[in-house]
Amino acid sequence: MELLLVILVGAFYSAGVYMMFRRSMVKLLLGLLLLGNGANILIFLMGGLTKGKAPIIKPENSKFIEIYADPVPQALILTAIVISFALTAFAIVLLKRVYATTGSDDLDSLNIQDLDI
Amino acid sequence: MLLPIIITFLLAFLMLLLKPQKFLRFFKIICVIPFLFFLYLLSYLPSIHKGTTAIIFRNEWIPSLGISLDFKIDGLSMLFALMITGIGTLIYFYASEYLKRDENIHRFYCYLTLFMAAMLGVVLSDNLITLFVFWELTSISSFFLIGYNTTQEDSRKSALWALSLTSLGGFLMLASFALIGIVAGTFSLNELLLYPDVLVNNEYYYIIIFLLFAGAFTKSAQFPFHFWLPGAMKAPTPVSAYLHSATMVKAGIYILARFTPILSGDDVWNYTLMIVGGITMFMGAVLSVFYKDMKSVLAYSTISALGIIVFLLGIGTQTALYAACTFILVHALYKATLFLITGIVDHAAHTRDLSILKGLGKIMPIVAVAGFIAALSSAGIPLTFGFLSKELIYGVTTDTIWTQETLILLTTIALITNVFLTASGFLAGIRPFVGKLPKEFQKIKKPSVFLWLSPVLLSTGTLVFGLFPSVIDQTIIQSAARNVIGSTTEMYLSLWHGFNLVLILSMVTIATGIILYFLIKPSNKNEGRLKGLHEVAPQTLLTNIALGIRWFAFRYTRFFHNGYLRVYIMFIIIFFIGIIGYKLFADVPLRVNTEDLSAFRIYEFIVFVITIIAIYFITSTTSRLTSIAALGVIGYSICLIFVFYGAPDLAMTQFAIDTLTVVLFVLVLFKLPPFLKFTNKKIQFRDGVISVSFGILIALITLQALVSPADKSVSKFYADNAYILAKGKNVVNVILVDYRGFDTMIETIVLGIAAIGVYSILKYKTQDGEKSE
Repeated sequence: MELLLVILVGAFYSAGVYMMFRRSMVKLLLGLLLLGNGANILIFLMGGLTKGKAPIIKPENSKFIEIYADPVPQALILTAIVISFALTAFAIVLLKRVYATTGSDDLDSLNIQDLDI
Repeated sequence: MLLPIIITFLLAFLMLLLKPQKFLRFFKIICVIPFLFFLYLLSYLPSIHKGTTAIIFRNEWIPSLGISLDFKIDGLSMLFALMITGIGTLIYFYASEYLKRDENIHRFYCYLTLFMAAMLGVVLSDNLITLFVFWELTSISSFFLIGYNTTQEDSRKSALWALSLTSLGGFLMLASFALIGIVAGTFSLNELLLYPDVLVNNEYYYIIIFLLFAGAFTKSAQFPFHFWLPGAMKAPTPVSAYLHSATMVKAGIYILARFTPILSGDDVWNYTLMIVGGITMFMGAVLSVFYKDMKSVLAYSTISALGIIVFLLGIGTQTALYAACTFILVHALYKATLFLITGIVDHAAHTRDLSILKGLGKIMPIVAVAGFIAALSSAGIPLTFGFLSKELIYGVTTDTIWTQETLILLTTIALITNVFLTASGFLAGIRPFVGKLPKEFQKIKKPSVFLWLSPVLLSTGTLVFGLFPSVIDQTIIQSAARNVIGSTTEMYLSLWHGFNLVLILSMVTIATGIILYFLIKPSNKNEGRLKGLHEVAPQTLLTNIALGIRWFAFRYTRFFHNGYLRVYIMFIIIFFIGIIGYKLFADVPLRVNTEDLSAFRIYEFIVFVITIIAIYFITSTTSRLTSIAALGVIGYSICLIFVFYGAPDLAMTQFAIDTLTVVLFVLVLFKLPPFLKFTNKKIQFRDGVISVSFGILIALITLQALVSPADKSVSKFYADNAYILAKGKNVVNVILVDYRGFDTMIETIVLGIAAIGVYSILKYKTQDGEKSE
């Protein structure tokens, strides 16, 4: 399974960077999200895969008695997901605003100083 | 000494408050500032004259770095400081009349006072680093003085040249000082003087002296850095008179003279100074007679005079150093006079063209007399101060220490230089005043006493010192020379050395010089003869280098800073692939850790395939909706992976957030047009190659990271103590809200800020002409 996830990470990074090279603003944002997903999987993979055992202590115990998944990467990823949502939400609204103002989705057409807006 | 210098700096800024509309009369008495400083310095003269050691004023600054604000006065400092304040007083006085109609006169005095304070700092500092700071301050304040006529392009350009050359030199000189500090362990000039051999016998000696030369030669306009000086003639005349007689250009001379007892003693030191000084004095003198602008004549003769001083310092015998000290003062006196009368002529006749100016002596006889005396001094005619220094110079070149050939070579160069200097001195000091007064100049008014008093006082000095040399010799030149030579001197100035070879040479010089003066008729034709030289001038070369650097910078910036975000990202990614990829393949043994790999189930494989297909869709589709749907698919697949591998919290969050993202996308972006096909196949292929190699590199790094198992001690601590310390059984939750509770709180704030941003953008009122929804 590790090998599949490694391939997946590679695919996410490739696709993310490729999308960021495009001229469309929406594609830029999609690329960013793909990169974020790739990074999440990468962190998850680094913690080591543990099949089906969530890091939750059984109600009757006060300590783990069997094997458990690494909680630290999970905590990190959880933070990352939430923050990336904040970014996405803001970016989407901004994109809409830019499109409403300039009528363009093309990053290059925004590349003019003193745009009369 | 610290206090007077700081007060002078403060006074400079106070001048800015004196608006000329109200305070114009005030500027007439502003010359008391340099004059008071002059008197203050004079009060130390007796003790310097008597004592053999310098007077030191100690002030701590940054003791841990060996930097102090120590000042010291000895003979050499005193000579320069008296020139700076003494001639400064006269310049201040003169400029108040010369610039009285200038609405920026308060700024002028601010720059001038800054400059004077900085110059005093240079010649009085004992610490090399402090000296450097003041040195740079003179460069900067002279930039404002030279570029004072800000509306003229020429003026701004020459100010820039002066600044770039002198600060380049200053920069190199700082390196020299740093090396001196490292080698000798001190920045104090006084301590360096005690142990001169430390530096001379050091392996860095040659680097030190050449870096020092770079600073001194650029400041003192030595070949091939001489050209900023004629350019600086664009400044108002009082500035030229001050900068080029007694101060700015003499700062380089001061450095060389100051370091003579510390660093001389090696042939390289002597020969470099002799050769550079020799070329400069010869070239400057010869060029000076070709110009018809009075200021250009003076500029080139100044270059030549500076060359003479460097030449004498290079010869380095007691006589030569003594002659150098004398000539510094001689030149300051007559050159300041000549500049000031040039200013008067320019002010009255509105031209400095020597081919037109004639017979002005009838209108301004007093000025004419001052110019006449200065010209005689510059020519070295007996009974003027200049005669004494000329005698000394010939005494040096005909010294018995030289071989026959050297003696002839040195004497010939000195002779030719002096002949041309005689002629150019006559051109500037005598020619405008003799002959028949042309009609157009007959209505010129007499110059006011404020203008002619300064040059008259200066030329009186020239005459008095020439007639009674022992006055100035005993008081200041002796002690200055003592500091340059490093021991006591038996030299003294006298009017009559007897009828010898030196006197014959002097006579020959004067006679030939006068003949040359009558032969030369200043005209455009003469200036035109120099046009050919322009092609090979150092200025042309340096201009081309500067243009080349600008061209390169322009191209470089255009290439890397082209304004396209994706190109920046591309450069970063390419460099990442290049550098990290190289390091990975070169230094890390690539291998796959097969032992710890787990097998995958068929449903896991299906999820994997779905994700890959969704990724492919996102990158290739032209429909916005398809890509958003694919994004949703990817999010849910990741969600499943989290479920398979023991991360229910993550799965929950991913599921919620992903749903929200897709909804937001659809709601907001639904009305946007479909993706346009911007790029052609070639660019897509290029981008594809870059991004796929980037992906492969990341995958390889991940594989290598998997080889060594992660450190689990933190996780173990969290897991073991989750219930015991934090009373929670879901470890991920405990980490988020307890162990790392503060992080989570900040994260909430981030979300809040984003929410405010989203809200305000949505609520922002659309203006006219926008496509409102």
